Formats: sequence, structure tokens, C-alpha cells
Amino acid sequence: MNYKTENIKNLIVKKPLKLECGQIIKDYPLAYETYGKLSKNKDNCILVFHALTGDQFASGINPITKREGWWNNAVGPDKAIDTNKYFVICANVLGGCMGTFGPKSIDEETNEPYGLNFPVITIKDIVKAQEALLDYFQIKKLLCALGGSMGGMQLLQFCASFPDRTFSAVPIACSSSHSAQNIALNELARQAIMADPKWQKGDYLKNNDHPQSGLAVARMAGHISYLSESGLQEKFGRKLQEKADYEFSFNADFQVESYLRHQGYSFVDRFDANSYLYITRAMDYFDLSKQYKNGLTEAFKDQKTKFLVLSFSSDWLYPTKHSKDIVIALNATGANVAFSEIKTDKGHDSFLVNESKFLTTIKGFIDTSHEEFRNEKRI
Amino acid sequence: MKNLEMKKEFKIIADLLPNNSRVLDVGCGDGTLMKFLSKEKNIDVRGLELEEENVKLCISKGLSVIEGNAETELGQFPDKSFDFVILSQTLQAFYNPVTVLEHLLRIGQSSIVSIPNFGYWKVRTSLLLYGRMPKTNSLPYKWYNTPNLHMCTIKDFYELCKEKNINMKTIVGINNDKISMINNNNIKLKNLFSEVGIFLIS
Repeated sequence: MNYKTENIKNLIVKKPLKLECGQIIKDYPLAYETYGKLSKNKDNCILVFHALTGDQFASGINPITKREGWWNNAVGPDKAIDTNKYFVICANVLGGCMGTFGPKSIDEETNEPYGLNFPVITIKDIVKAQEALLDYFQIKKLLCALGGSMGGMQLLQFCASFPDRTFSAVPIACSSSHSAQNIALNELARQAIMADPKWQKGDYLKNNDHPQSGLAVARMAGHISYLSESGLQEKFGRKLQEKADYEFSFNADFQVESYLRHQGYSFVDRFDANSYLYITRAMDYFDLSKQYKNGLTEAFKDQKTKFLVLSFSSDWLYPTKHSKDIVIALNATGANVAFSEIKTDKGHDSFLVNESKFLTTIKGFIDTSHEEFRNEKRI
Repeated sequence: MKNLEMKKEFKIIADLLPNNSRVLDVGCGDGTLMKFLSKEKNIDVRGLELEEENVKLCISKGLSVIEGNAETELGQFPDKSFDFVILSQTLQAFYNPVTVLEHLLRIGQSSIVSIPNFGYWKVRTSLLLYGRMPKTNSLPYKWYNTPNLHMCTIKDFYELCKEKNINMKTIVGINNDKISMINNNNIKLKNLFSEVGIFLIS
């Protein structure tokens, strides 16, 4: 995965950041992208947090991978998050591999990639790093912040850590704490990477190598968890891949196998295996309630932010129960919260695909928030 | 006709609520009342609604509505977290109306509960003269598809409140476009002539 860095906007964050593991980082690059124009009085700024394998290129065509941006269904001109009206910022997470400081970055002391010498980071660290971006654009308060999956976790952390920095927030298909099943699935992915001999204890980049097989398997496992049983069944069933009958071999006889292989191997071109380890670890460590003595309720104390919590009926990775727990905690503090479970068979990935019920709901919420935010600013 | 009737009821409920108060609308439907309260009376209003379509409609209007079942999910709201809790013509649809009622009184300083009155003369005559289950503007269903499990009359609800030591501050009866105050002296008559009863209780 070599790419030209000239298409990547970078903010060098000077302010030292004390990571939860104790290490301090400073003067590190934070890669980001923006869409639309910031209004004069800065009342139209939306921050989008990406999920595990996302990056800063949410909309349009990703200039690095030449593929569609991960949230192109939602972000763009005349889309639900309308970039004709709103200024959208998205940053590549700390530990990522699209230009932000991560295990692929070169350690100036050794002149080699950090690999496993990169510090273990957390969702809180990731969010704190992104605050620098708001300071850079001199945005005191966002109109809205949104995130699905790990993006939703960042958003919850963002609201807890910086209660006054967004007018509204939309956590989607996420959780305030990674469940045993979530951790288990991430561990499966990590083990697949580490079992690949090419991983070389994380030192593969020094030898210009990449544990592609391990990372592909990790991605396949992840991908299954993003889809629902009925969704997979409807899409593939037992259909065979360009053949009339079984081959009596271990080639991809079934369409679903071929699809998974494609998902796995097209992923390795654009993602770094060590980043996958670090980011999944950050997700596993995420437990917002643990950060506060009185749990989640205290995390959301004194929230002025207007919340819209969304879940998907067929999401078994972060089921509705996880979202409801967030809603209950917000209610307990008297926060302003709306909640809806979108009925769909598209599974966890529903927020990424063209799911009209979901898109119209967030559009309505953001547009009305915009009016309210402007009124608030006027007063 | 049904819509006009609803608006009449909402108007009465709105009149009972002071400006700038905190209100929870249980079973808020498409958010008509919520929108009215927040716009006209600057009320900080939240809703709970079962139907996904209604919830999405409300959210699109900027209303903070939680999708959920009042029968099982009122427990998430803390004690006295609202000034008023509204329940409009749904009490009769719950498996356990008394449990729901207790939650309303726990969550709100006061509650406003409205009921379609089964003691209304048209309801009574329908059964008496035609021997058929009553169908009226506020009770438009047939016996086999009605969501109303526990129909009651204004008098029934009045007696329940007395039995449970629930303080009834105001009772309003609606008959077509006429509104009347109900009290201990006129309840027999009003129970006959009101299509809907609205109770402000605490």
C-alpha cells in the first residue's frame, strides 16, 4: 500500500497529547479532509467520525484508493449531509494508515516504521487528537457530529469529554462499551493477522512485506459481522459462482465465498495490518462507563447536546440493546434525546449503504438542528 | 371530523400547561401536539412513541422522540423528571393501565390523561338499541381489530382515581365542540354527554 501523499491534507498537531497508556506524543500529523464551505459565522460545521476501516475521505471518490468514499451515500451535494449547505470535516484516526500518525509512520529515532513500538491508543486518545482540528478551524461549537460503529464510540467519547462542542450528535449503530462478543470477534481478526508468517511480529514494513493473507482473513471475519443472516441469504443463498455444479474442491464454489475473498483481498491494498491491530484494540478498551465513578449517567451529566441515537433491527454486532442503554443513560440525566430503531435487513452496515429510511431521518434531524442552532446563535 | 376533535382535545391540554414547562408526551403520534407546545408555549417537550413511521416523522420535524413501548419502557425516565406527563387516549390500550398510570404520576409532577368515554350516550345507545359493539368518532374500530383492551367511562376513571388517592385537579369533558368542567355534582350527566374526558391529576 504505497500511495502519493500530495492528496492528503495534514495538520501537524503541536500540542502535546498525553495518551491513556502514559506516553506523550507531540508534533504528530493528523490527516483530514473537508467538504463544502464554512459559513461566515461558522454555524454549519459537521464533524464526521469514521469507523474501523474508514478514513478521512468520506465523500466523492477517494483520491488515494480511487474508490467511492466510505460515506458517499450520505455525504455530498444534495445528499442527507448536504455539502452545498454544510461544511463537513473528517479526520483519519490516530493509529490509522491514511496519513495520520500511526504504526506505519517513521520513527525518527530509528528511521524505520514504528510497527509495534507505536504506543497503544484508545478511543479517548483518538478523540482528543481530533479536537485539535476544531481549534485549527476555530470552531467553538459544531452544528452536528455523527459517527457509526467505531465512529459512534468516538462521538460518545467526544460528547462526554467536550460537552459544549457540538449542538447536536448522532451516534449510529454503536455501543458505550465493547461487549465480550465484540472483543472476541476483534481478537479473531488480530489472531488471523498475527498468525500470518509475513507479519513478523509487526516488523513486515522494514522488509517491504505485508501480511496480506492474515489481514484478508481478518477483514472477511469482520465483513460477516457487518451483514445480517437474512441479508446474506437473500443476496447469495446457496448460489454457485459461475458454475453449474460443485467442483468437489476448495475453490470458491459458492458466490458468498467468492464475495468474501474479494472483500478480503481488495482490502489489503488499502489498509495496514498493524493499524488494524491498534484500532481494534482501541475499540476493545472502550468502556465509557468505566471512566466515570457513577457510570454512563455521569458521563452524560449536564449535556446540552441534542442527541439522535439510531440502531438497525438486523445489526447483531451492535444490537439495539446497546443503543437503548445509551438512551436510558441520557434520559436519566434529562438530556435531550431522540431514538429510533431502523427496520432493515442490511445489518450493521446499514449506515453505509443506500438505506433511504436512515438517510431521510438524519437529513431531517440535521436540517432542523441547523435552524435551531442558528436561532440559538442569534440569541 | 376526527382531526378536528383531536385538535380540540390538544387545545384543551395545551391550555392546561404553563409556558416554559417540561413535558413528556407518551404516545405522541406524529408529534402534532408536541410541535404546537414547543412553538406556541415554549415548552421543553419530549415524546415516546411506538410506531417507527411516526417516530421518524417526529425526528424529521426536530422533535425529540424516543421509539419505545410505554407499557415496558417508562421505567427509564427518572422520578419527577418532568412537570407534566401527557397520555392522550391510549390508557385503555395497555395490558396494565394502572401500572402505566403509576409510572405517569411517578415521572411527572402532574399528569394529563384523556380517555374516550365509554359512557357517552351514543356508545350506550349503540349497544342498547342495535345490540352491536359501539363505533363512534373516538372509537372507530370494530370489535375484532380494536387496540382498546380496557375501555372505561369517565365515571370509572374518576372512581379509580378516588380509590388510588390520586388528586384530580381539573376534569374537562368534550362533546362535539362544547367543553365543560366536570365535578362531583355533575359527573353523572357529563358521563352521558362527553365523548372524551380529560383529567389533570397528580
